Amino acid sequence: MNETLAGFLYLLAAVAFILGIKRLSSPATARSGNQYASAGMLLAVIVTLLDRSIVGYGAIAAGIIVGGGVGAYLARSVEMTAMPQLVAAFNGFGGGSSALVALAEMSNFTNLPVRTLVTVAISIFIGGLTLSGSFVAFGKLQGIIDGRAISTPGQRVLDPLLAIGALAAAVAIVVSDNAASGWILAALAVVLGVTRTLPIGGADMPVVISFLNSASGVAAAAAGFVIESNALIISGALVGASGLILTNIMVKAMNRTLGAVLFSAFGATGDTALAVGSGDRVARRGSPEDVAVSLAYAKRVVIVPGYGLAVAQAQHTIRELASLLEGRGVEVRYAIHPVAGRMPGHMNVLLAEADVPYDLLYDLEDINPDFPSTDVALVVGANDVVNPLARSDSGSPIYGMPILDVDRSHLVVVVKRSLSPGYAGIDNPLFYQDNTLMLFADAKKGLAEVVSSIKEL
Amino acid sequence: MEALLIPITVFLLAGFVGFELITKVPPTLHTPLMSGANAISGITIVGAIIAAGTSNGTAATVLGFVAVVFATINVVGGFLVTDRMLEMFKRDDR
Repeated sequence: MNETLAGFLYLLAAVAFILGIKRLSSPATARSGNQYASAGMLLAVIVTLLDRSIVGYGAIAAGIIVGGGVGAYLARSVEMTAMPQLVAAFNGFGGGSSALVALAEMSNFTNLPVRTLVTVAISIFIGGLTLSGSFVAFGKLQGIIDGRAISTPGQRVLDPLLAIGALAAAVAIVVSDNAASGWILAALAVVLGVTRTLPIGGADMPVVISFLNSASGVAAAAAGFVIESNALIISGALVGASGLILTNIMVKAMNRTLGAVLFSAFGATGDTALAVGSGDRVARRGSPEDVAVSLAYAKRVVIVPGYGLAVAQAQHTIRELASLLEGRGVEVRYAIHPVAGRMPGHMNVLLAEADVPYDLLYDLEDINPDFPSTDVALVVGANDVVNPLARSDSGSPIYGMPILDVDRSHLVVVVKRSLSPGYAGIDNPLFYQDNTLMLFADAKKGLAEVVSSIKEL
Repeated sequence: MEALLIPITVFLLAGFVGFELITKVPPTLHTPLMSGANAISGITIVGAIIAAGTSNGTAATVLGFVAVVFATINVVGGFLVTDRMLEMFKRDDR
């Protein structure tokens, strides 16, 4: 194919990616946006296959068949609750591919120009780091690797040594252009990806995934510099930007900084907890019948789902409860905290799976002003994101974190197994408020009992 | 380094476009956004195909083959799972 024509078609593919992301600005057009992007990718692949420099199609065809089969199987079989680890795994494969492209380039050509070698080194390093880091994140989320923050005393010495070694290998690549330094850099990047991700606790993994997603975009762009492809550079930059924005949203919603997440082992240790101690305060305990009555005779109900809801697989039960209430003329809406679930927007997907219409889901800023006029706020499987200490106690580790102001509604019903603190390890005064009713139960069982009580009313 | 100027320009401008587009994606779609963007980063499949198809020597061909497998998993899996999620998003049609 004519090189100019090919360049033009690649540009068209990049435009399809941009339009695809643009259509993600509304759930109504989002699906077509994803189709635009897939079409762009197909176009890019076809143009590449027609490239005249390709001499053999055997390895390509075999690779596409194997990869396509594995990818399609994973995409079809995954549970929606496992979405974060699937994205992590896909991300790892993408990063690995970028590193391999750069390694193949080194092994295919000698006397590469310096500017190419610089980007080869960047591509290998970020790609290798993304590969191993993503799979450690996958392992932690999947429960294969201990989700706690694993750190060893040698870490503070080892990591800088690895980083210095990687830098030396990168310099060696640029100066000497020999394939061996490429492999050394790849190995060091992979090890560094493991040692950097292991000390991060499971609860922080979504941040890591967003961040590595951004890194895989940068790796793709670096690979684009290597093979001089604008399509790769543009797409890589788009993904790099999206990952950074999502990372930023997550760390803000968790009241952290990116540096604190990546370089301290706060994660799941919980040792920063400033537990206030429940003292002699008494939480008001409610029966499923009590909850049923207060919900059934309310005018406005806001449901606040947390990850506990998904763990208990209670999203369908909550949908049933909501339909029942709507049938009685109760206005039911859902309040979604930015970090509800295990990645940004995860809870929305889980509720969509249970056929909850997306226009009933409200963001924090949109729903918070409505809590004072809400009759019942039903909190299921959420804790830290509704903790009023974030507003009032400047000494609390979650102080300043944006929360859902459920405590301002007339009645708060919390469905929870016990009074135990959440991930941040902080006591929650919400549980002891006069207007709070605690329903101590597993989310699914408790809600099912509420549902049957409402039916009997 | 002059030859790097154009690709760097493209990279930076595309980054700004990405920033503008993505800040307009509502939080409810952030998970599909992440998995869709992730699929787009599988664009390295272009480099992988060239590496696998133009290689001289076994080692480079094997590298290219594995690169194609990885990138295809990323692309095919990423777009399919994003579609699966977006298919579920429905309006309240009462």
